[in-house]
Amino acid sequence: MSDYAKPLPRGEDLNGEFYQFCKQHELRFQRCQDCGIWRHMPRESCAACGSFNWSWERSSGRGQVFSWTVIHRALHPGFTPDVPYATVVIELAEGVRMISHVLDLAPERLRVGLPVAVVFEDVTPEVTLPKFRPLSQSIAV
Amino acid sequence: MQTLRDQACIVGVGETAYTRGSQKSVLRLVLEAARHAMADAGVTTGDIDGFVLPGSYLFQEQLAANLGINDLRYSTYIQMGGASPVTALQSAAMAVAMEIATYVLVPFGWNGYSEVRVSRRETPQAVLRPTENAMSRAVRNFYAPYGALAPVQYYAWLAMRHRALYGTTDEQMGEVALTCRAHAQHNPMAYMYDRPLTIEDYLKSPMLASPFRILDCCLETDGACAVIVTTPDRARDLRHDPVYIMGIAEGHPYPADDIPNRADFFKIGLSFAAPRAFAMAGVTPQDIDFVEVYDCFTYVVMLQLEALGFCAQGEVGGFVEGGRLRIDGALPCNTHGGLHSEAHVWGLNHVVEAARQLRHEAALQVPDCEVGLVTGWGDFGDGSLAILRR
Repeated sequence: MSDYAKPLPRGEDLNGEFYQFCKQHELRFQRCQDCGIWRHMPRESCAACGSFNWSWERSSGRGQVFSWTVIHRALHPGFTPDVPYATVVIELAEGVRMISHVLDLAPERLRVGLPVAVVFEDVTPEVTLPKFRPLSQSIAV
Repeated sequence: MQTLRDQACIVGVGETAYTRGSQKSVLRLVLEAARHAMADAGVTTGDIDGFVLPGSYLFQEQLAANLGINDLRYSTYIQMGGASPVTALQSAAMAVAMEIATYVLVPFGWNGYSEVRVSRRETPQAVLRPTENAMSRAVRNFYAPYGALAPVQYYAWLAMRHRALYGTTDEQMGEVALTCRAHAQHNPMAYMYDRPLTIEDYLKSPMLASPFRILDCCLETDGACAVIVTTPDRARDLRHDPVYIMGIAEGHPYPADDIPNRADFFKIGLSFAAPRAFAMAGVTPQDIDFVEVYDCFTYVVMLQLEALGFCAQGEVGGFVEGGRLRIDGALPCNTHGGLHSEAHVWGLNHVVEAARQLRHEAALQVPDCEVGLVTGWGDFGDGSLAILRR
């Protein structure tokens, strides 16, 4: 049994498929097979063209910081030992955005446009969370 | 083209005391507020034949059974979080304008402190679990695993980006909090009555999720409000001069159920709704004498002022400086104290206050006001606004 005390994704439906790829250390997003648009969160149909056909295509894993907040009071007991920690809006090169953590970077060094690349954290035997690291080690703390 | 302009009016308003620990059920609070609103309007339960219910804390059947309404002609729910009460006015106005119902009750109450406090959501003692919806699915699957579990943490992503792009400052956000608190000092109903606030108090309050401090957040309180909507014809025979709904609209950000994937973080529900409501009312922001803006967080007020067109995107920091939002400023805002300093009743208390302002009977009156604007904000940025006149 894992003693991991933080909330885990429920992983229902298409969300579960997203996290199954994460477990294989692959960051994949839905991409419309008809018009080519990438999308996230997972959706049943393409908002651009209406197509029900998609594939899970592998992301470059490269992106940049779009926004963030530094949390000083955790609202879940599992995160209390981590404060202050930043939840970061990452914009991937493919255009989709997701919430994640940027590892190995002091929160005060976050800025819009900071380049990052994905890493995978196996938080339990069942669940892997995609996280990010600054691309240039020269700016890492 | 036929529109809803001036086809419905608010004729009664009521509220309970605002407390932290009501010792009453939500239903009881709502019934008390509803009775006050009916007495204020001069109508009886025999007149009420419609409900528009914001949120999901009430069952229409129980409400009708307790009020003795044996011929309920229209009843519906609005699910837009804190934007629901103002959106509910839109449905109420449609119902009376189309003669689906004659007098529609819009009530909201909750024990926002003693039962559903945000900070207790994740604890075993929580009385009520948040209802599963599209937003909670996004949170559970994509935000909570990273430690983002509450509105103060999600809206901080918007506030931080605004700050990064436009240089919005702590002091500018603080001015919103101080404005609400200053106005509440004139309102004996306000939870923060007799508790003034200084910028020093604000700046030293603890950071929750940057850039939001605890004093950037609204109150958590127990209480209820109710308003009654009918047609101008019927309003003529009632106790007070009617408050006309000149323009009203709702709007939804895109996508509504996921914040990070919005092309423009500052294009919120109100960005879509505001032009529609202003067009319906036939007025512009320059015609508005006061605003009651949904103030869950200081920056969310600023975001809405930009979306409403009172200033351009990125300029709201300077806009709020110099006391513009104060009672004697050019655009008095949250004249009752708002969710920050009166009470958090999902903003139905903003509607109650706007009606009182336009009747010229507010505790802190905007002199000679003719037209006011009320907003709602909820879920991940759904928005609604009502432009009201005397």
